[in-house]
Amino acid sequence: MDTWALLKQLSEAPGVSGDEGAVRAILKEAIAPYVDEIRVDALGNLIAVQRATVEDPLRVMVEAHMDEVGLMVIRADKDGYLQFQKVGGIDDRILPAKAVRVGKDAIPGVIGIKPIHLLGSAERKKVLGVDDLRIDIGASSREEAERLVKRGDRAVFDTTFADLGPRVKGKAFDDRAGCTVLAALLAAGPYPVELHAVFAVQEEIGLRGARVAAYGIDPDLAIALEGTVADDLLKEKDESPTTELGKGPALTAMDRSVIVDPRLLRFLIQTAEQAGIPYQIKQPGVGGTDAGRIHLVREGVPSAVVAVPCRYIHGPVSLLDKQDMDWTIQLMEAALKRISPDVLAR
Amino acid sequence: MKDLIQKLVESWGPSGYEDRVRELIRAEIADVVDEWRVDALGNLIAVRKPIRPGGMRVMLAAHMDEIGVMATYVDEKGFIRFTNIGGVYPLNLRGGRVQFRDGRVGVINREEKAEGDPTLAQMFIDVGAASREDCPVRVGDPAVFLRDFVDLGPRLVAKALDDRVGCAILIEVMKQLQDTPHEVVGVFTVQEEVGLRGATTSAFGVEPDLALAIDVTATGDTPEARKRPMKLGAGPAIKVKDRGMLAHPKVKDRLIETAERLGIPYQLEVLELGSTDAASIQTSRAGVPTGCVSIPTRYLHSPSEMVDYEDVTNTVRLILGFLREPIDLG
Amino acid sequence: MEVKTVLQRLSEASGVSGYEDEVRSLVVEQMRALADEVRVDAMGNVVALRRGYAAGGDGPSVMLAAHMDEIGLIVTGVEKGFIRFTSVGGFDDRVLLGQEVIVHGRKDLPGIIGSRPPHVLPASERGRVISHHDLLIDVGLPPDEVTAQVRVGDLVTVNRSMIELKNDLVAGKAFDDRACVTAVLACLDMLQRMRHAWNVYAVATVQEEVGLRGATTSTFAVTPTVGIALDVTFGSQPGVSETETMDVGKGPAIAFGPNIHPAVFERLEAVAKANEIPYQVDPIPAATGTDAWAMQVTKAGIPTGLISIPLRSMHTSVETISLRDLQRAGRLLAHFIAGLDDTFLDALRMD
Repeated sequence: MDTWALLKQLSEAPGVSGDEGAVRAILKEAIAPYVDEIRVDALGNLIAVQRATVEDPLRVMVEAHMDEVGLMVIRADKDGYLQFQKVGGIDDRILPAKAVRVGKDAIPGVIGIKPIHLLGSAERKKVLGVDDLRIDIGASSREEAERLVKRGDRAVFDTTFADLGPRVKGKAFDDRAGCTVLAALLAAGPYPVELHAVFAVQEEIGLRGARVAAYGIDPDLAIALEGTVADDLLKEKDESPTTELGKGPALTAMDRSVIVDPRLLRFLIQTAEQAGIPYQIKQPGVGGTDAGRIHLVREGVPSAVVAVPCRYIHGPVSLLDKQDMDWTIQLMEAALKRISPDVLAR
Repeated sequence: MKDLIQKLVESWGPSGYEDRVRELIRAEIADVVDEWRVDALGNLIAVRKPIRPGGMRVMLAAHMDEIGVMATYVDEKGFIRFTNIGGVYPLNLRGGRVQFRDGRVGVINREEKAEGDPTLAQMFIDVGAASREDCPVRVGDPAVFLRDFVDLGPRLVAKALDDRVGCAILIEVMKQLQDTPHEVVGVFTVQEEVGLRGATTSAFGVEPDLALAIDVTATGDTPEARKRPMKLGAGPAIKVKDRGMLAHPKVKDRLIETAERLGIPYQLEVLELGSTDAASIQTSRAGVPTGCVSIPTRYLHSPSEMVDYEDVTNTVRLILGFLREPIDLG
Repeated sequence: MEVKTVLQRLSEASGVSGYEDEVRSLVVEQMRALADEVRVDAMGNVVALRRGYAAGGDGPSVMLAAHMDEIGLIVTGVEKGFIRFTSVGGFDDRVLLGQEVIVHGRKDLPGIIGSRPPHVLPASERGRVISHHDLLIDVGLPPDEVTAQVRVGDLVTVNRSMIELKNDLVAGKAFDDRACVTAVLACLDMLQRMRHAWNVYAVATVQEEVGLRGATTSTFAVTPTVGIALDVTFGSQPGVSETETMDVGKGPAIAFGPNIHPAVFERLEAVAKANEIPYQVDPIPAATGTDAWAMQVTKAGIPTGLISIPLRSMHTSVETISLRDLQRAGRLLAHFIAGLDDTFLDALRMD
């Protein structure tokens, strides 16, 4: 499997929460040769099973989410500009002067802003919110705009994937990086565990896809794969970068949604150290992941999170280190080969 | 019961790391219960079979975990930055001490230049390390408040009375339970302070017909406090509502009747904020009629929480009385 | 079925979240006439079943959820004959002053949320919103009588009769969401004269206003093939952004977005068009804030839809809707149900 070609394809596909069809289609084709069962559930989660190489195996759910943050068109105004709202956590300040693609037909649009020449000094300091902004697709009336774009259509940033050498850039690495890792794991399997691979929907609006998938699967343990915050920019103060590019996969001890099962965290650390794979512990207390809902389904599922550090997530373009992604795949392969029921002994 | 409370509050167990508390409780109750188990998230589930017929499966929940902190960063000079585990108030931290799992102690202070209301981001833990390399604490290590138990006679002061006092009450109930038609399932839950997580999964597993949470509640009886009807020494508080739950009216009424029948003083609790394990038990599966008995507690989520000992013993009596007869919810 | 009468009875009944008894008994009575089985579950939800003809009554099912609870007030203390209170559900403190209420103590007591007259108010006071912590209810009884009748935890509702406005508009309390309970009843009434293959579970849910709690548990018990929530949505009115509202009187809103299964949306829209029922499309980017949000993530996932009645002044005692929108919502739902068959099961497949 060419992981970089897959990441490019996934990154450039639109998949705002609730509208993950294009991403799902790519993944379904990519993993089909490697799995024993494949299905799509009522919410749109893509769920595949790869049978184990041993009898009576652990049932392990490994999950990555397909959806990305983006925009939803609410209506067109009388002049044909599109009024929109945000889907998921987006900083309003990144919106002005960006290119987007709207709807199934990927209609090009731009988010315009009043020229600097015409701004007073107070206006320049005002942050513009979604109510102040419109998407311009070039339509000249409400009727024309609503012929081209339906109410509820999603828009994504129009960002091209590119290889920068040691690093790559593109949109939606949160969590297409995780999706790519999971697809690569399936390609490298099978393992001595029954692997339930879940490509989940609706993570960004409340961890909704993974929870229903986990309920259906009822696994013995779960690992969520993420593209997570790397805040390793220049800073005034000696403080945490959350994670850093180039230092290996990030393991979570605790975030806002989950306290990672200490047994699984210890196991992942031991696995990395034995295999000589660098790793880092993500700054505790930051963000939330699907593991936050997975570990609460039914009678509880011991859960962990393994992530590829990414800069600038939830913006139009993110950046990751190729080696981090390779190391993440290696760590997860080693973990799936090594894990046994003893890991969960109390 | 004071010795039991002291042992429990002085134990170490932030949310997600309750194993020591669990072991302590297991040792206390293993001989008096018919069976016990530990579930996937670490809840300790202990069962006492009914003595006579006509009852239902009643789940009683008290949480083992306490609030704490977790190291997020070790700077070049060996100072530790941290985040909260559960509801930690920055105002309660400065000059305080915390203890890591290996027993190592650190002191908390605040950046000297920081102004305004204190925030966690301005604070740090000093374990006496000379540099990052020298610091024995790693990112992800949890710690809890370090503070001794104090017996003031009628009142007790300690860290983690929230909710180890509830655990002590539940242990006593499991021990003293004599004549009941109910299958009583005592659940010592994990991760309450971070979102009622242990109760969510244990209630799914236990599938009770009725449930009570045993937890602490805030009082309004200190100088210039916010208006709250609850106070220390006026008896257990029978919950009407909090932010996360409206008690089942019949369960609430049954608790009131029990208190009145046995001559136990009680208070009615309407709390605008906060919630307990009862909230997640109530919406488990197809729904569980649920109530909550609270122990009025001052200075919640500080290293020195205070309860009235008579409120504690009266809570044990109230719950035992509640369990004595069949319960009709019709 | 005379929807106006039913709505009026339901609206004027009390039923604060967690204490839905009075409105529940009315709903049970109405449902009994229209369903094969009616039960009340552990949380207090009313679950009515109308059997369909498919598989001898054992075929796929559609669950309808409309909540019967209303926001209200709850007593936190009695001081010198005055009653202190806080809210259950989201109340705007600004609508409380001078409101007539009913205190549901040992018996129902009419009361007033007192306001000090302008004569004695300093100018600075008039510009300040009074928090409900500082308001008092006066039931006009001597202090010992109040103490005997009222205690901490008693409920308080606003005393409001339904008001008929022009153009089939009506105003009142608790139209959120009794208007939709009424629409569900109207739908069941229509189904008496229509054939439907699927089983219909009509659920009047509890505790929606405090966190979708009744829908969470009732959906778990029913586990329907498809779930449809009915709730009110913001109606256009002065001062509210047009991107956040639907027009009152232009038909029910059919929601679209991540909370909604695309096939359910498409079918509802097609049914509306085929039966010439006016409707509006309501795109919702994430959380819908309705029972549909809880229904969708029940167990291994439920395909859900959402039909809304546009309503002005939500969470006040003068909530305003169009009766025509209510009737249209009932018709839309009935035709949707009558059209459910095996081909719709195929349409629900997302791959």
